Amino acid sequence: MELHFDQELAQLKEKLLLMSSLTEHNVALAIRALVERDDVAAAKVERDDDLLDKLEIEIDGLGIRLLALRQPKASDLRLITTAMKISTDLERMGDRAVTISRRAVELNKEPELKPLVDIPRMAEICQSMIRDTLDAFVYQKTDLARQMIQRDNEVDQLNRKVQSDLTELMLRDSQTIVRGLKLMRVAQSLERIGDHTGNIAEEIVYLYEARDIRHHQETVAA
Amino acid sequence: MDNTNGKPIVEISGLNFWYGPKQALFDINLAIQPNRTTALIGPSGCGKSTLLRCLNRMNDLNDEQRIEGNIVMHGMNIRHPEVDVIELRKRVGMVFQKSNPFPKSIFDNVAYGLRIQGSKKNHLEERVESSLRRAALWEEVKDRLQESALSLSGGQQQRLCIARTIAVEPDVMLMDEPCSALDPTATAKIEELIQDLKRYYTIIIVTHNMQQATRCSDFTGFFYLGRLVEFDSTNRIFTNPANKQTEDYITGRFG
Repeated sequence: MELHFDQELAQLKEKLLLMSSLTEHNVALAIRALVERDDVAAAKVERDDDLLDKLEIEIDGLGIRLLALRQPKASDLRLITTAMKISTDLERMGDRAVTISRRAVELNKEPELKPLVDIPRMAEICQSMIRDTLDAFVYQKTDLARQMIQRDNEVDQLNRKVQSDLTELMLRDSQTIVRGLKLMRVAQSLERIGDHTGNIAEEIVYLYEARDIRHHQETVAA
Repeated sequence: MDNTNGKPIVEISGLNFWYGPKQALFDINLAIQPNRTTALIGPSGCGKSTLLRCLNRMNDLNDEQRIEGNIVMHGMNIRHPEVDVIELRKRVGMVFQKSNPFPKSIFDNVAYGLRIQGSKKNHLEERVESSLRRAALWEEVKDRLQESALSLSGGQQQRLCIARTIAVEPDVMLMDEPCSALDPTATAKIEELIQDLKRYYTIIIVTHNMQQATRCSDFTGFFYLGRLVEFDSTNRIFTNPANKQTEDYITGRFG
């Protein structure tokens, strides 16, 4: 017998998956806007971000309702509380995609500063992290979720390299400062997207293993 | 299974119980911590009330019963034939599903056990008042102590029964679905009371209401078909149970 509650939980999961794939798509579009100097892609990011905001509100609303009306326990409780946290991370990732696409539109109006190497590499890692995190969520692969924390370190390292390279460039040539600062912002946004993906991966471990692995520690719930 | 974080007040080991040919409890091993509330949950007929009744030997009243295993309280096996059952039931009080005040005055209900013990009048009044206070009933009945206990509301009657149990200073209080006949307000009062009372007593409560188990207990045991499936801190049982059957039961996907 399928419970009404199970249907509501399935609905929550569905919304979360939709939000995750939309976020992945938006990050990809924002990077395309930058790398391929594609303003149409940038406009689409802005538009889809409204959908992400709406989904975040819907997930939170459903989560609050289920907490209040169903008094969930054990894995149900973990699913609802994690879904609400994951949706916040996804919404913020969406905002970062918007930041990237806005900087892209500004940069597209000017000559290319330099061929981009590390930023596309960062974007590639971030996108694969989002995809794998989504897989970890759907297929309950906590090992895969744990790997995300390592991959986030790669993104952090690349960000440090980008910041230092751009600083050097701007020191050498003041004409590059405005564009350099915008690219720095793009790299920082990708770095934050990596962090949010890492947070989601930690939430997935909590969801399926009831282990809290945040802040480099590991505790079993309760 | 972490249920031994202090020296237990009651230790149940290898407990099997039969009603005639039907085995109702299978190899129960359980340590009850003092001054904590332990909730026993599980579907109807799972053996939780049977276990409760083993703890004050209420099952002795059933001729068909047979029991094996040990129940040790304060280092003494309560199943030993020389154990004074009256004394045991004084130390292990019980509150039932349906309140059962005697058709006597409020005062006499609480004083009943004390009179049997031979308490003096002054001492009696003192103990009746302190028991009613501990049962959070004093303020409501102090001006009508001579009225019939049957004039009280259902919730008040149940608190009166708790006061009657407290009066003889038990070590352990057994509660078998104490709120099942009460409205939410009366239930909330009893639940608050349970939280207060564990300072003085060890409480074991059988409940079908899982919210109640989460609200009032420190430890929870899940029973199914006469077996203790899982026992752990209430927090752990309701957030991350180790056993799939427990998870299914508490999330309402059982059966």
